[in-house]
Amino acid sequence: MVAISAKAKAKAKAAAEGPPGRDVRVPRSGKATPYLFLAPYLILFSVFVLAPALFGIWVSLHDWDYMLEGKPFVGLDNYTALFDDQSPVYGDFWMSMRATGIFTVFSVPFLVVLPLGVALLLNRPFRGRTLFRGLFFAPFVLGVAVVCLMWRLLLDPNLGLVDWILGTPIPWTTATPWAWIALVGVTVWWTLGFNAVIYLAGMQDIPRELYDAAKVDGAGRWGEFVHVTLPGLRPVALFVVTTTILASANMFGQSYLLTQGAPGGETRTAIMYLLQQGLREYKMGSASAMSYLLTLLLILVSVVNFRLFRSRP
Amino acid sequence: MSLDNLSRRRALGLGFGALVIGAAGCGGGGGPKQAQAPATTAAPTEYTGPSVSLSFWNGFTGGDGPVMKKLVDQFNAEHPNIKVSMNVYKWEDYYAKVPAAVSAGQGPDLGIMHVDSVATNAARQVVLPLDDVANALGLTEADFSPPVWKAGVYKGARYSIPLDVHPLGMFYNKTVMKKAGLDPEQPPKTGEEYMAALEALKKAGIQGHWATPFPFTGSMQFGTLLYQNGGQLFADDAGVSRFAEDPGVQALTWLVDLVNKGYSPKNVGQDADFIALQNGKAAFNWNGIWSINTLKEIKDLEWGVAPLPQIGSKPAAWAGSHQFVVFKQRTPDQNKLTAAKVFINWISGHSLEWAKGGQVPARKSIREGAEFAALKEQATIGTQIDYLYFLPSVAGIGDASAVVDQAINAAILLKKSPKDALTEAAAKADKILEANRKKYGA
Repeated sequence: MVAISAKAKAKAKAAAEGPPGRDVRVPRSGKATPYLFLAPYLILFSVFVLAPALFGIWVSLHDWDYMLEGKPFVGLDNYTALFDDQSPVYGDFWMSMRATGIFTVFSVPFLVVLPLGVALLLNRPFRGRTLFRGLFFAPFVLGVAVVCLMWRLLLDPNLGLVDWILGTPIPWTTATPWAWIALVGVTVWWTLGFNAVIYLAGMQDIPRELYDAAKVDGAGRWGEFVHVTLPGLRPVALFVVTTTILASANMFGQSYLLTQGAPGGETRTAIMYLLQQGLREYKMGSASAMSYLLTLLLILVSVVNFRLFRSRP
Repeated sequence: MSLDNLSRRRALGLGFGALVIGAAGCGGGGGPKQAQAPATTAAPTEYTGPSVSLSFWNGFTGGDGPVMKKLVDQFNAEHPNIKVSMNVYKWEDYYAKVPAAVSAGQGPDLGIMHVDSVATNAARQVVLPLDDVANALGLTEADFSPPVWKAGVYKGARYSIPLDVHPLGMFYNKTVMKKAGLDPEQPPKTGEEYMAALEALKKAGIQGHWATPFPFTGSMQFGTLLYQNGGQLFADDAGVSRFAEDPGVQALTWLVDLVNKGYSPKNVGQDADFIALQNGKAAFNWNGIWSINTLKEIKDLEWGVAPLPQIGSKPAAWAGSHQFVVFKQRTPDQNKLTAAKVFINWISGHSLEWAKGGQVPARKSIREGAEFAALKEQATIGTQIDYLYFLPSVAGIGDASAVVDQAINAAILLKKSPKDALTEAAAKADKILEANRKKYGA
């Protein structure tokens, strides 16, 4: 212990005496230096993330309307209401959570796997590759309103082009399970390009030598994919899976514009219901409680997700 | 000092400014209780003070936006000492933004609200009571029509001045009617005539009336039929919902039967009913007066509009209404308030121009004038003015009516029977009404 600290002192002394050779040293003056570097981020984080999040907890414990003088403290009532089947929010809230769950479960696999396939294809040299890369990415630059209005007309059960071409009377936007297929399909069509670009970037970071080595070891295309590409993409895939789950769990625009939550409220997602509670009905306390429950579930899912990716086979 | 304690007469004695200070200084839960004696001090309808600028927010994002902009420009040109600047947001954004802006002390001076949002915003103290504005401008019920005028009153005080009403009307495709051997100049007026027409259309292979499950305009059609059957959506004080009673079940059953009997296709999508009318796939569409200009733009489309047929025992029609409101300010400015009154009065007086955008002017003198009669389509829909209905003027009523939308959707999509859908929704709506009473005070 003593020896170490004496050594450290000697080192520090040497450093203080001046730069030997080309050594560039950090001025020792400020213990605050690292914190100053952190400050811009910390301030933004505290003001725009931490403080609102804490304030949200406070709000969720009240019957909160920011325009009303009286914001009575209700304790955990807003939370217990979510588990009390006699409360006005119980049925709608859990139906909306179910909708969010269904959408996430069915959209994430497509949004993780299909872009990988697309990226593999787009990574191979062929004529017009740049054009195809552009084509797959193109829908992503459209706004959700444009995408949904377009598909709403194309998928209209009675007037739409899709049913006309297929020669079927499928109610794409007004009945389940068709509405789910439409919502997942449109979302995949719309956002597939983004994940594909991320995969593509990840693939280009995998060193060529590994492929050469695999070839020497006698690996075929499949072997290269399983033993080089997939392991090489692990960090990228973690990013893709996590962000896709979170994005799908926060789905709002597609249901809002394509189905308006129809039929009944079956495709109304949690975020849609939350917004209605908070911003249209000004029941911010109740909406905050709902959002905390949703957050908690998403944190759990993300933790599980990180665990799964960490454990190497 | 609370607004409730501040006697109205005293407020008027001190002038409008004092009232505003009362409202701004100590906004309590409930909002002012009573409007009492009419004002004795008439505020000027002309503004002679120093130059002021007024910010005017609204949600006229459609074809109505440019019409209002033109009126504002004309007003500015005629009033060199008042400069009105208009900001337009989508209605949904507007209703979220305005209270936030008012609470941050950055609210606009005046704006427009739909009549069913006035009570909620009055209770939340976003908008100011306007009895003295009405008095100063000499506006009374006789200048408008009773349902429109009364709709802006919350807990005995007036919070809004009507600009227009926009009812449903029955739009019809003349070509399609001819195809089925119907007289396009004699659209059906009664329930029997309507059914006979739908039957004739069905024989010609046309689904005449597409029953839409979406709020625009399925919920409006349901409400219309409900009131025609002698029912009500909610009790007058919104203590309980009443839409699940017999008239409501009959109304919804009538709409669902359109589907069951083949007068309407199943699974009508959003706006598909209106598109079907334009494409010649449907003969009738009950839609808002705002559809007039859309239809006018379509070449070769032969269409007409009539008052809604009377299916039930009495006439009734859904309508919305745009109303002027004045927002609460942290530091009230008497000059601005006076200028705002002048503006409201001027626009209201010039609402014939506004009518051309696809509205019925709320002001009786204009509605009954020859120039409005010349706007054939608007005037036709305007004949329904005396039997329009509005939601009760109760804070948070929109929360409960959103539940009805879901029930109508499920029933018309054949997911639930009309009775079950409405009964379930009524139970939910009653809970919401109760929660709202707790929140806003009965």
